[in-house]
Amino acid sequence: MTISSKEAPAGPATPVASAPASGRQGTQIRLADVTKDYGLAAPAVDAISLTIEPGEFMTLLGPSGSGKTTTLNLIAGFETLTAGTIALNGSDVGTLPPHKRNLGMLFQNYALFPHLTVAQNVAYPLRERKVGKAEIARRVAEVLDLVQLPGRDGNYPSQLSGGQQQRVALARAIVFNPAALLLDEPLGALDRNLRGALQMEIRRIHREVGSTFVFVTHDQEEAMNLSDRIALFNSGHIEQVGTPEELYRRPDTLFTARFLGDSNVFDLGSGSFGSTASWEGNSWAVDPATISGHSGVSSHAAIVVRPEDVRIVSDPTAVPAGANSVGAAVRDVEYMGSYRTVMLDVGQAGRLGRARVDALDSAFSIGDRVTAWWRPERQRIVAA
Amino acid sequence: MTTTTRTRRAPRASWLLLVPALALLAVILLVPLGQSLLRSIGTPQFTLEHYAGLFTDGVTMTVLGRTALTAVIVTIVAFLLGYPYAYLMTRVGPRLRGVLLVIVLIPFWTSVMARNYAWIVLLQRGGPVQSVFEFFGAGDVVFQGSVVGVTIAMSQVLLPFMVLPLFSSLGGIDRKLLLAARGLGSSPLVAFWKIYWPLSRGGVVSGLILVFTLSLGFYVTPALLGSPQQSLIAQLLAQRTTQLLDFAGAGALGILVLVITLALVAWANRFGGTISAIGVASTSQQKESR
Repeated sequence: MTISSKEAPAGPATPVASAPASGRQGTQIRLADVTKDYGLAAPAVDAISLTIEPGEFMTLLGPSGSGKTTTLNLIAGFETLTAGTIALNGSDVGTLPPHKRNLGMLFQNYALFPHLTVAQNVAYPLRERKVGKAEIARRVAEVLDLVQLPGRDGNYPSQLSGGQQQRVALARAIVFNPAALLLDEPLGALDRNLRGALQMEIRRIHREVGSTFVFVTHDQEEAMNLSDRIALFNSGHIEQVGTPEELYRRPDTLFTARFLGDSNVFDLGSGSFGSTASWEGNSWAVDPATISGHSGVSSHAAIVVRPEDVRIVSDPTAVPAGANSVGAAVRDVEYMGSYRTVMLDVGQAGRLGRARVDALDSAFSIGDRVTAWWRPERQRIVAA
Repeated sequence: MTTTTRTRRAPRASWLLLVPALALLAVILLVPLGQSLLRSIGTPQFTLEHYAGLFTDGVTMTVLGRTALTAVIVTIVAFLLGYPYAYLMTRVGPRLRGVLLVIVLIPFWTSVMARNYAWIVLLQRGGPVQSVFEFFGAGDVVFQGSVVGVTIAMSQVLLPFMVLPLFSSLGGIDRKLLLAARGLGSSPLVAFWKIYWPLSRGGVVSGLILVFTLSLGFYVTPALLGSPQQSLIAQLLAQRTTQLLDFAGAGALGILVLVITLALVAWANRFGGTISAIGVASTSQQKESR
């Protein structure tokens, strides 16, 4: 659409890269034993350590109240540390006030200044840094072009749509060449289609600007779409850090497995397992490579299998050799358009399981007795 | 969507609902006002001498100047007390906010007489205020019977008219904007000056205008606490109508004060003051109730 009409080539020629000031493209953000205690029952953030690499897109993911937003506010300086250190490129900023940290921030409700025009909003951080008038005009135009919002300079925020407002906020947050960009659920207020479009936009801008992005969300899909790495938060601590694929394919804990995507969970209890594991009379092969390194596995483990790794057959003898299987009854079939989800009553207790089958496969109906099977290398043994 | 529901709910006939209020206003406001105007320019026949008299009698302009000065001081005092007070009200919990609101509204709820006599008791010779000054060695400080005493009492009485529009205006300001400004490189003071202050200006303008115009026409407090030697415009008006029976002169004076007040309101409206402040009030109340 407007991309072709842009003068700037889709190369590294971005406002930040071409800005004469600080050439630091990506900033390393190092959190060590970061703690925030409001004096409630448990600390909001409990001694977390996390290193965000220069130029990385790191997402802090977690349910509400897990401490992800508090952590972002600690990095921004909007909250004061109870304990621990925060360092940007090795220099401690833990006690610096927010206006001296040189970080860009994007809020869920945009936080545009309603009494200033689009151009004045975007120019605000440059004015605060005493940038010259001509330079301000040049960079404002450039960055509005980058977020694909040219020609709206004179509008007030209330005259723009939600998506446009967030683009202005994004422009304002990157125009001053910040050490890193912090994004606090910036797409939460937008409808689904717009959110998808802006996700792509944010990813593109991250690529072009090349600076470190720290993104907070509770939406696992959004986190998977955007991130280089995800830090999954759970009640004040970090449950697991890794690429989206690592977190999805190789979860360490049941919390991680359940938070990202659907999963079938077979709780092994405190019983030990070796080359095989037993669950309600079933004996399953265990691939040692699928055992999580998490210390909790030895005391309480569970087997996790993704629905897309489960196959269903009517004839138990059709299960291939070496596969793990369990008897099941079909409880329901959900047609999802591109696939069907078969809901299964599994085992003696009649637990609910899920298998994903081809959308054209309408062979199963409610009440059928079937056998569900999967490859041992596709399961994962996690700490429960 | 809102416009369609609005037009559906407000057919033309609903304007009839305004008729009783407009009729009442016409009878008790417009008719007497018109009479005053006619008398001021038509006694004994058409003349502007009563208006000219205001500028040449040697009293009116002095009193008008004194009144304006008093009103300015009262407005400034009310603003300096009211702005931090209203700001505090937006920052505390709902219970403490209620308490603060009650405190500021007490002058509204007490009778005019009780309020003014209380100030007389406090400010009179031998009263607590003078005793305090005496204790510190400043002997003869008596505020009763002077413009200073009038100013003190008026500031207290008019404080709600400053605090309420300010509160509704400040309460509508999104605190996230201050965080955003801080993140973009502003110190707390600069963030206040460049973001919070401009956004509160609507409430400030309407508070200033309300207090100033009300101060111009204050009668009871200056009459009770002030002295005839230092009278304000309302006392002068009362004197001309009730003692001198100079209705033409009083009418001219009244019209002059009215014109000054209307000019001020019109000027303030150019800043979006009164009207937008009321708008902010209604939206912030909606937010509260949600």
